[in-house]
Amino acid sequence: MRYVIIGNSAAAVGAIEAIRRYDLDNPITVLSNELHHVYSRPLISYLLGGLVDVSRMDYRPRDFYDKLNVQTMLGVEVARVEPEHKRLVLQGGGTLGYDRLLIATGGKPFMPPLPGSGLEGTFTFTTWDDATRIAHYIETRQVKSAVVLGAGLIGLKTTEALLPRGIRVTMVELSDRVLSATFDRTASKLAEGLLRREGVEVRLNNTVEEILGHNGHVDHVALRDGERVDADMVVFAIGVRANTSLIPSDSGIRIERGICVDEFMRTTAPDVYAAGDCTETYDFLAGVTRPIAIWPNAYRQGYVAGHGMAGVEMRYDAHLVMNSIEVCGVPTISVGLTDPNEGEGGYEIMERYDRTAPTYKKLVLRDQRLVGIIFVGDIDRAGIYTGLIRDQVDVSSFQSHLLSGNFGLISLPKDYRKHLVVGTSVEV
Amino acid sequence: MLTPEFRVERDRERCIACQVCVRQCANDVHVYDTDDDWVSSDEAACVGCHRCMTLCPTHALTIRRTPRDFRANANWSADRINGIYKQAETGGILLTGMGCDQPYPIYFDHLLLNASQVTNPSIDPLREPMELRTYIGRKPDRVEVTLGANGVELQTQIGPQLKLETPIMFSAMSYGSISYNACQSLARAAEASGILYNTGEGGLHPSLYQYGPYTIAQVASGRFGVHSEYLKTAAALEIKIGQGAKPGIGGHLPGEKVTAEISATRMIPEGTDALSPAPHHDIYSIEDLRQLIFALKEATDYQKPVGVKVAAVHHIVPIASGIARAGADYIAVDGLRGGTGAAPTVIRNNVGIPIELAIAAIDSRLREEGIRNQISLIAAGSIRNSGDVVKIIALGADAVYIGTAALVALGCHLCQKCYTGKCNWGIATQDPYLTKRLNPNLGYLRLNNLIRAWSMEIKEMLGGMGINAIESLRGNRDHLRGVGLNATELDALGVKVAGWA
Amino acid sequence: MKHIHVNEEYCIGCRLCEINCMVQHSQSKKIIKAFREEAPRAMARLLVEEEGPLSFAMQCRHCEDAQCVQACMTGAMHRDEATGAILCDEDRCVGCWMCVMVCPFGAIQRNLVGNKAASKCDFCYTEKTPACVAHCPNGALTLVEEEASHAKSPSR
Repeated sequence: MRYVIIGNSAAAVGAIEAIRRYDLDNPITVLSNELHHVYSRPLISYLLGGLVDVSRMDYRPRDFYDKLNVQTMLGVEVARVEPEHKRLVLQGGGTLGYDRLLIATGGKPFMPPLPGSGLEGTFTFTTWDDATRIAHYIETRQVKSAVVLGAGLIGLKTTEALLPRGIRVTMVELSDRVLSATFDRTASKLAEGLLRREGVEVRLNNTVEEILGHNGHVDHVALRDGERVDADMVVFAIGVRANTSLIPSDSGIRIERGICVDEFMRTTAPDVYAAGDCTETYDFLAGVTRPIAIWPNAYRQGYVAGHGMAGVEMRYDAHLVMNSIEVCGVPTISVGLTDPNEGEGGYEIMERYDRTAPTYKKLVLRDQRLVGIIFVGDIDRAGIYTGLIRDQVDVSSFQSHLLSGNFGLISLPKDYRKHLVVGTSVEV
Repeated sequence: MLTPEFRVERDRERCIACQVCVRQCANDVHVYDTDDDWVSSDEAACVGCHRCMTLCPTHALTIRRTPRDFRANANWSADRINGIYKQAETGGILLTGMGCDQPYPIYFDHLLLNASQVTNPSIDPLREPMELRTYIGRKPDRVEVTLGANGVELQTQIGPQLKLETPIMFSAMSYGSISYNACQSLARAAEASGILYNTGEGGLHPSLYQYGPYTIAQVASGRFGVHSEYLKTAAALEIKIGQGAKPGIGGHLPGEKVTAEISATRMIPEGTDALSPAPHHDIYSIEDLRQLIFALKEATDYQKPVGVKVAAVHHIVPIASGIARAGADYIAVDGLRGGTGAAPTVIRNNVGIPIELAIAAIDSRLREEGIRNQISLIAAGSIRNSGDVVKIIALGADAVYIGTAALVALGCHLCQKCYTGKCNWGIATQDPYLTKRLNPNLGYLRLNNLIRAWSMEIKEMLGGMGINAIESLRGNRDHLRGVGLNATELDALGVKVAGWA
Repeated sequence: MKHIHVNEEYCIGCRLCEINCMVQHSQSKKIIKAFREEAPRAMARLLVEEEGPLSFAMQCRHCEDAQCVQACMTGAMHRDEATGAILCDEDRCVGCWMCVMVCPFGAIQRNLVGNKAASKCDFCYTEKTPACVAHCPNGALTLVEEEASHAKSPSR
């Protein structure tokens, strides 16, 4: 039995750790086109912002692979997957056979076809190497201003990385508010206020029409509304797409917006699993199948896939959008359906907004069950709510306590609490 | 005119304002000031239960009696003066809990045990068998056997007996006077120790039916919770005539303690006062008592011993004889110092006689009448340690009931405020904030430990006397000597003075 | 394999668990010093919840299928190989609060003093008995031996 994993991030580590719970002996090979030891991808913004140094980038200790008896092939590009031959074809011609394969190739940043996007000083920001390149560019070109295209999570993280370097940032967002995918209008407004307080220019309902250069380097951008914004660099932070480039269309692996997998993270090809940002799975709250490119889900999917690869049945059952991010030092957590469409029936909203703190708590309910939360400012014990969403607990008996200041496990019905506290109890 | 009885001394060097004391005091003595991060105390309500002192993690607290030095007066003690202040204010009967705390002679403390030296060998209970097993119940006058094909066969029918692994039982304490957790602790400890506990007059909660073989079910004047299943579940039945703390007085469980569970157990409406009449209104004579004894025997197919509990009063000797003749299987006698959940202080402190004198006199009389074998004799009323157990058995008891000692094992600090329902130790209360303070998983272990420890000590004392069975000690007053007693007292106890050969 | 069993029936809300947890995680590990001299005060790693007569202490359950470990983006949250406890390496934690978001017990707190990091029960891994269990006066927190799970822990 030979396990092969393409990719070297959260999903891959999840799979390795799962496999090694049951199978200590059979070889595992990890391939990655990056040269780094497995690192924490979300930390690239902390690295760029100078909040952590390179020594803290390791996601697992340096001896992780040795201890778990894993061979690595780093800096290796896989050309394509050939499930019919149970092998990978590598860039340059070599092949690698497998018995169980995990595709964990992650996402790749979306680059809009913009005039001027080939200039020096345009970047995407999803890898350690991106961070290194940007840092180098900032230092050598003495960057003073930047345009960040996209005010979603990556855009926010990019902005927060640039601010400590003294760079004036203009965020340009096509929609009418920041963080529109995870927040509702109130939370977006709060976040926007926090960004502006930090000196960030925010341009909404707008986009970059063209990037203009000087001597081959980015100099300024032209916005759709005609405004010209000076910028020494531009970062594309529009989003990521599932990275499925190494899967040929005749491979038998079905791909929609991501690699299609079942609840065991199996693809449509035998013995081929997929996990992480390259997949799409069923979002039980939204009722649709879609990719949710977030770290906890990637690990979890890898972990589930690893179980399957080792022959242990485990289901992936809580595909849920959730994000915990700090916006200019203010913690926020959003989980599930945070902003159901106006007019769409069946939802009940509970909220509490303290403008001075500022803190904002919003709960979204459907059929007496919690389906989404947004917490800004005060996020303590948010996990209890996440648990209620994940388990789809009927909250009608304690709904009035949900927003009370001392909400806790004690507010939950005794049976559920006991199940939670004693049932899944501890093992140490 | 009353001043705080106790004084809370808080060592400011040690107090960390952690507020454990604040959270633990049901009387709200301690108060936390958020602004100053400072805990202070208002002692007016302090009952001296030592809960705060015991739990304080830095030992910052000391509770002392407030010195209230009225002008020295041997006749008018502070207690008496304060009692008058209270009554002048309230116009009511003074109430108290636990047993008589007045300085009457404690005869146990004037009796000393014997031990073997030279002329008779002592026995090491760790090496040789030592029998503490005790059977409670009527023993036959003589035993008839026949020699059959299978050897000797017993012909005499022996009536129902209670088997105790050690001659100690838990006294009657009702569910209502004490918490459910306290009841459960007693029941489980009785099972674990191979002894019995007593329901008191509060009935039996269905969840405790499983301990039936270790349960004595009381039938008292209020008949609370008495039904056929109750009678059938228990191992023995006990007609309660009176108790040592308040002979001649009925009981009163205030309505606020009659919770839903207690109301169901006692079969009375929730929130109503549970009043036990002073007498049984169907028992005005020994003959009436005999009727109830046999009614209970009839109801339980003569399978269970039926006993009678009485307080030790002046005429206890003929009463005990009458009870034996009425057909009871055992008599439990509760002395002057027996405890209670609530009693008028004046009754508790002035009515009844000490258990030592009562047992000695009853045992002597029953022997004289030749009916000692017909009834077992259980002594109650402040048995404080294993020495008291051995002494009272030597004076003539078969076994003892312990109530106060058992509660002390559960954490009771004898503050005597049982009647307030605010027991900080979770024992004499029905307040859900307080009852959870007694974890029966720990409580039953503590009781079990106590019984185990006393039993080992009893074995050591018996071994020292050269006795290898508790039965050989019963009524064996030659193993006792008196000190500091006058001739009349020695005579009443049937004990020689120390030094007498 | 041991775990801390929480028995709410017998929690008396004294908070001695919290107090002693805090002391255990203080600089001096001396109660009076920890409260009166150390600044900032150490944080208790558990919470006592209280409503009416009901109360209980809640600390990390050290889940077998630990969501906080899986959600942790830096790898700071991990299972200690020797003890099996879930620990947070506070030097590696950047305070992204993913763990706070996913812990269904709400057992992870934010320590905002000094190096901002997730603060949680470490099972008093240096001690024989966790401080909360050792100091619970009423057996509401007990250490229970549990059968080993079917799964092997990662190899050494």
